[in-house]
Amino acid sequence: MDHRSHTYGVVAEFETAEQLIQAAERTRSAGYRRFEAYAPFPVEGLSEAMALKRNAVPLITLIGGLAGGLGGFFFQYWVSAMAYPLNIGGRPYNSWPAFIPVTFELTVLGAALSAVFGMLALNGLPRPHHPLFNVHRFSKHATSDRFFLCIEARDPKFSLADSARFLQGLHATHVSEVEDD
Amino acid sequence: MSTRPPYDSVDVQPVSPVIEPGHTYASVTDKISAIVLTRPTSLGWVVGFSLTFTLVMVLTVSVAWLIAKGVGIWGINIPVGWGFAIVNFVWWIGIGHAGTLISAILFLLNQQWRTSINRFAEAMTLFAVACAGLFPLIHTGRPWMAYYMFPYPSTMGLWPQFRSPLIWDVFAVSTYGTVSLLFWFVGLIPDLATFRDRSVKKPMQIVYGMLAMGWRGSARHWHRYQSAYLLLAGLATPLVLSVHTVVSFDFAIAIVPGWHTTIFPPYFVAGAIYSGFAMVLTIAIPLRKAYDLEDFITMRHLENMAKVMLATGLIVAYGYYYEYFMSVYSGNKFDLYLTQMRFHGPYSHFYYALILCNILTPQLLWIRKVRTNIPALFVMSLIINLGMWLERFVIVVISLTRDFMPSAWGRFSATVWDYATFAGTLGLFTMLLFLFVRVLPAISIAEMRELVRHTSGEHE
Repeated sequence: MDHRSHTYGVVAEFETAEQLIQAAERTRSAGYRRFEAYAPFPVEGLSEAMALKRNAVPLITLIGGLAGGLGGFFFQYWVSAMAYPLNIGGRPYNSWPAFIPVTFELTVLGAALSAVFGMLALNGLPRPHHPLFNVHRFSKHATSDRFFLCIEARDPKFSLADSARFLQGLHATHVSEVEDD
Repeated sequence: MSTRPPYDSVDVQPVSPVIEPGHTYASVTDKISAIVLTRPTSLGWVVGFSLTFTLVMVLTVSVAWLIAKGVGIWGINIPVGWGFAIVNFVWWIGIGHAGTLISAILFLLNQQWRTSINRFAEAMTLFAVACAGLFPLIHTGRPWMAYYMFPYPSTMGLWPQFRSPLIWDVFAVSTYGTVSLLFWFVGLIPDLATFRDRSVKKPMQIVYGMLAMGWRGSARHWHRYQSAYLLLAGLATPLVLSVHTVVSFDFAIAIVPGWHTTIFPPYFVAGAIYSGFAMVLTIAIPLRKAYDLEDFITMRHLENMAKVMLATGLIVAYGYYYEYFMSVYSGNKFDLYLTQMRFHGPYSHFYYALILCNILTPQLLWIRKVRTNIPALFVMSLIINLGMWLERFVIVVISLTRDFMPSAWGRFSATVWDYATFAGTLGLFTMLLFLFVRVLPAISIAEMRELVRHTSGEHE
């Protein structure tokens, strides 16, 4: 158990996306829960294989869009009807149709900003360093042409020798220990 | 190619693929990242960069002189207060729209051919918006006071007039610039990580590493990333339509003859996409040649873009026809007079040149031989760019010189500073593109890998 302090996990390398999907499915059915797959592009079917739940990005985007739109509209209302009312030929101060273009733009702006920054925050980025970057083959290939699967040491079922042997059985081309730092 | 069509066809033209066969994950990564990371800077790049940099110096001098002397150095006057600045503003912002269209709308429609052109089309959008934004800014005459247009709690207790299309424009263009930047940057993150991992020099590793923010391709990250990207595409699509609609409101909300018409929003949006696709072709054709990207930007891309140009060009032609029809049908004497002025007035040669560039010449695109002839397409794209510039000139200048009262009529002729400023922004735009292809991946590597998986059949 003491290897947990300096081992982040054990990582296996695969040549194709199909092998990675199969590996993820089998790792899950073997009872591992704290594992992560890495691919150089979004692999269709991988989220399902890992049984990832729906993520919170759409909800955050919705909230951001609503905040931008409502905030934008009522700000214009406040400016035009309360802070700086201009009587132009007796026309209403709350001339709401004229406020729609800016309301729309601010809805999109709020939604887009929250989609991007929400995604980054949920992903824990920016995070310049990660234990996996200690693995030479990972930093050389993970963002270009190879697929990786890492079982993390915090998984209750994790054991360095057994997990490494398990990954070797999944047609991995390389299996190596990931040192924590 | 071996599968035969299920019907007895006499002449089925084979469709070019969106990526030439035989590519692997490693080969697309190598080929695209090599442009930045391993290829030496070519002589052509240095020459091109120097030329465009010279034009940027022209821009700097023009803007400095403008700030020193005021907008009087331009040809603008009363009644033509808008002149080149607004013509160029609308032209540039329209060009930007094709980038968003390619990256957002074609993404939502699941069009695979967008993949190899979306990155530099988005870059084109950003640079075009930068050039566009410059014009209204310097056109204010006192650009250091431009922050007055944004709502902020000033000590004077003043607030912007939110009923004015010019304030809508401020919000539309700044939102458009921001969202385009976000969309572009989110798309770049995985490729920046690739560059971080593949660059050999320490400073490059640090810079790309900072920009990549520690991206490592985790499946959970991709999962959220894809949601965010899809949502951004969904948001950018109505945004791009709204931006040119708001730009057209700058004209359509006013009562000036030739501007006050409901056809403007759709016809402006179509015109924007038309000129934008022309500009994408103008850039793509030399780019694929210079960096041997014919495998990725194939004939299929060029032909599809030509078809989009043909379609949007026809919508624009309908817009021109409808403008004419409405002025005749309305019986409004000011509108009728304006239409006469377009055909017979002092600027009629601009109008005829516009019809020639935007409506007549592009009809050649019906012919497949023209659509697949690269030099012809290149020339066509330049003609359409010119035509779209003329369109904005006709709208701005002819209407303003023939207002309601003869006492308010006037003439406009551009000065050397008008031309210098415009040429300067052309230089700025091209210089930024030169820099872009040397420091960032001009084609989305991650999406090309996805395309490799889909087309080459890693699936047995």
